[in-house]
Amino acid sequence: MRPFSYQRATDPDMAVQALSAAAAANHPLSQAIAQPLAGGTTLIDLMKLDVMRPAAIVDINPLAQAWSAIEPGSDSLRLGALAKMSDVAAHAEIQRNYPVIASSLKLAASAQLRNMATLGGNVMQRTRCSYFRDVSYENCNKRNPGSGCAAMDGVNRMHAVLGTSDQCIATYPGDLAQALIALDAVVEITGRAGTRSIPFAELHKAPGNSPDIETTLQPGELISAFSIQGRWPRSVYLKARDRQSYEFALSSAAIALDVQDGTIRDARVGLGGVATMPWRAREAEALLKGQKFDEALAQRVADAAFADARGRRHNSFKIALGKRVVARALQQAVTMEI
Amino acid sequence: MTAAAPSPKANMGQPVPRYDAAAKVTGRATYASDMPLDNPAYAFLLTSAIAKGRIDRFDLDDAKRVRGVIEIVTHENAPKLKESKLFSNGGYAGTTIQPLKSADIAHDGQIIAVVVAESYEAAREAANRVKVSYTATAPSASFDSPGTTTAAAKGQNAQFKEDPAVGDFAKAFDAAEVKLTAAYDTPTQHHNPMELFSTSCAWMGDNLVIYEGSQFVYGLKNGVAEQLGIDADKVRVVNPYVGGGFGSRGSMTPRTAIIAGIAKRLGRPIKLVPTRDQGFTITTHRAETRQEIKLGANRDGKLLALRHEGAEVSSRADAYCVGGTKTTTRLYACPNVDSLVSIVRADRNTPGFMRSPPEVPYLFALESAMDALAVKLNMDPVELRRINDTTNEPIGGKPYTSRSLMACFDEAAKAFGWAQRSPQPKSMSDGDWLIGYGCAATCYPTQMGPSAARVRLQRDGRTRVEIAGHEIGTGAYTVIAQTAAERLGVPLEKVAVFMGDSDLPPAPVAGGSNSTASTCSAVMMVCDQIRQRLFKAAMPAQSLTDRAKETVGLGQTPATQAAKGDRPLDIEKAFDALGVGVVEEYGEWKPEGAPLDSFRAMHNGQVRLVGGHAMKDQIAYAFGAEFVEVRVNRFTHEIRCPRLVGAFAAGRIMNPRTARSQLMGGLIWGMSSALLEATEIDERNARYVNDNLADYLVPVNADVAGVEVILLSEQDDRINPVGVKGLGELANVGTNAAICNAIHHATGQRIRKLPVRLENIEV
Repeated sequence: MRPFSYQRATDPDMAVQALSAAAAANHPLSQAIAQPLAGGTTLIDLMKLDVMRPAAIVDINPLAQAWSAIEPGSDSLRLGALAKMSDVAAHAEIQRNYPVIASSLKLAASAQLRNMATLGGNVMQRTRCSYFRDVSYENCNKRNPGSGCAAMDGVNRMHAVLGTSDQCIATYPGDLAQALIALDAVVEITGRAGTRSIPFAELHKAPGNSPDIETTLQPGELISAFSIQGRWPRSVYLKARDRQSYEFALSSAAIALDVQDGTIRDARVGLGGVATMPWRAREAEALLKGQKFDEALAQRVADAAFADARGRRHNSFKIALGKRVVARALQQAVTMEI
Repeated sequence: MTAAAPSPKANMGQPVPRYDAAAKVTGRATYASDMPLDNPAYAFLLTSAIAKGRIDRFDLDDAKRVRGVIEIVTHENAPKLKESKLFSNGGYAGTTIQPLKSADIAHDGQIIAVVVAESYEAAREAANRVKVSYTATAPSASFDSPGTTTAAAKGQNAQFKEDPAVGDFAKAFDAAEVKLTAAYDTPTQHHNPMELFSTSCAWMGDNLVIYEGSQFVYGLKNGVAEQLGIDADKVRVVNPYVGGGFGSRGSMTPRTAIIAGIAKRLGRPIKLVPTRDQGFTITTHRAETRQEIKLGANRDGKLLALRHEGAEVSSRADAYCVGGTKTTTRLYACPNVDSLVSIVRADRNTPGFMRSPPEVPYLFALESAMDALAVKLNMDPVELRRINDTTNEPIGGKPYTSRSLMACFDEAAKAFGWAQRSPQPKSMSDGDWLIGYGCAATCYPTQMGPSAARVRLQRDGRTRVEIAGHEIGTGAYTVIAQTAAERLGVPLEKVAVFMGDSDLPPAPVAGGSNSTASTCSAVMMVCDQIRQRLFKAAMPAQSLTDRAKETVGLGQTPATQAAKGDRPLDIEKAFDALGVGVVEEYGEWKPEGAPLDSFRAMHNGQVRLVGGHAMKDQIAYAFGAEFVEVRVNRFTHEIRCPRLVGAFAAGRIMNPRTARSQLMGGLIWGMSSALLEATEIDERNARYVNDNLADYLVPVNADVAGVEVILLSEQDDRINPVGVKGLGELANVGTNAAICNAIHHATGQRIRKLPVRLENIEV
């Protein structure tokens, strides 16, 4: 770890100011000289590994008073960005009306991490790509733009099959984000010019030719809240992984359905563990709308979700696995009692 | 989970709580890096980013500018150290690759610089700022890499003496009614003990004290002295507690003498706490293996022919191998046996011991093959073992000192509910989950080594036992205290045990599951010396030796002895008769058949274990049987193991509580080995990829739903005075095969490559 300055931001303006002041135009946000500290479960880890080297840490935990509310409305939900993962997962109304959110949180990380980590930090969690996390590898386009990608032909069992580019195949590791993208969450962003809102699907960027740029957030901007319209009691999060707890997804599916009289009115499919960013399978969703569910449909939906998938040496299994996970999660969502 | 303290059966000691339990749960137990030092400097290692090649130059400017940096040691200015031979060639080292000696790089993560600073943080920051220019050459990573060399183990590894064979395998295999040929792969694994590979070194004049978690303080002391070129009596290794060993701390690693040398030069104590990922390359690991088994049997299951071939990866420098064929060729009655072990040299660090080194990979192959043979024969796999059970090993015809293998199978089968298994694969399920039951035999050689001990008894019964044994989490303090308390007839709470210090009388390496048998035999012998002195003084007219044998209990008489009419000796009277305040005895014990140089080697920190298959007229192993339930999800193919049941027989069980914990830990580790643990190697550059505990998976609590350990009563008077067979490495041997056998039962799929992951399942 390298020396850094530490500042506590006691109000949003102060946080935004502190983060903007240190921002340099030529740095993508992930490499910015000033970094916000919330739960610290990713940032501190990456600083110890010398992957992130911020000169200034702006502790935004004092903003929790204003930014950690869990507010279920009659037909909506608002979640403060500094709400703890464990608090949201345990919230009775979220478990009842947004089970996909509650379960994506509960199946993430460990109890200790969920107690520390915040929602905003969680969706900003960075990839677990071993080569990204090991600075002794020069060639990482995410860390050193233009240096190449060690994972492409390396050990890539955990890597992505969707949304990849020839620059980067690093998997987006989170779970909550799949639920948020599936439910069309809106991200409330606080910056120098006040707040702005974007669809969750516009928060993250595919690696393309610049894997170092991971989100559309600008220097000085902070996520202050997420909001969701409607209720999604018929929703599930299914996560396949190597061990029973405390492990990242090999493949996961966030499914939300609106089923009336056996007909699927609306369907949402988010995919995790298989893509470079939070992933919404819109072509797959389209196949479900207006249909009655059966196994053949589930299979077509699963195939559509992975139609563009591209495997590498060790991760091709994720395509078949991902399809089975989608099909099973759909089945679970259809048959769940609400 | 069942109760922590099972009731003792015949020939078992009391399940007393751990001697060190309170110290450990309250954090009072001090590990190497907890030891206070006077004005220490802090070292941080820099390790190589290539596996083969050389360092062209270091750019240290940026690093030296970090405030608090004292010195950066590279091969250009490192202390000159003498070489130590490999432990198996009469030396102490686990590798002969000596870093900081030249610009050459022999493996990934080799130590290439040591940054010393006023704080840990400064040392680490400076290490991050060192720039290294390398000339890299293409390394050979493992079996499939170009550039490896392969040769038979026999002849290049002094400890691998034979490829066991008997009869005419080829002829018998040709003629066999039922044949099976199968290949098995096991991966690289790392021990990852909780305690990091810390080393602190402090000089006082010419005397060096080393604080380092070690499984062999006498070996480390002598090895470091040899490397520094100083008298071994000037080196002391201290580690009252070791945060897990599993073999990783059995032999000397290069770091210790390097840190000692730098501390000497700087005239300051130095504390080194390497990172978790550095632990993957600065110590040893379990090497990957490739094996082939051929089995030939007749229709009723009688084995006629067995061939076991194994290849293991080692470094260019050292011919390390585990050669588990010594066990697998002797486990079942089979008249025609052949075997061959080879070593494949690659650009890797030298591998080393890891919990049950030979048995884990080699029994995985044999016990998987036995299950497959049972399926071919349409026979219950337990019955196949029964048909081939034996009282004498087939290679030399020597009798097992005792062998409760089938009793273990029967007990474990009953507890597990094996009778409820429907034998057909894919025939059992529960909702989304296919269910499989599987079993396998487990065994581990009974080994002992020469050991000394000093025991002091005061007239109030207070007892002090001194022995340079090692508490690596097994319960060594506890069983040694129990031995002394029992032998001297003093209350357990009056016994204090001192271990983990090379100034104490020598004990063998805490490896090969020999500790309890060796140290308790020594402690028992020395306690008997005390008893003889007291009896001689108090009862001069009696036949001393006989009396000492008959009467148990100085302050207390155990019920069994009291029933025979024995009475306790009045200690105070004996002390008065002797005219002393304290009775202290030192003694050196060696097992039957120990080599002539045993005691000299013991003091020199060299290992002289005897036992297992290498005994003269007999062969000694502990046995067990393991049954597992595996569940395979039909949709995700996730594999879980909710139930592990093991029954074990290992001679006298000194303490059913600590024994159960060891066996339970072994079963869990076995499951981990079967389903999770593998060190991934990037074949392009021969580097470890998942070198941290987030990516090198071990089970979490949620993975371990039910573990049942059954201890069988077994008495064996032919092995050692305490009648103990080591069991620390017994339980994780059979689990790999048991789980793969259960996966076959669940899915119909035979998997022969570890670990088994969901992508290997095709349902």
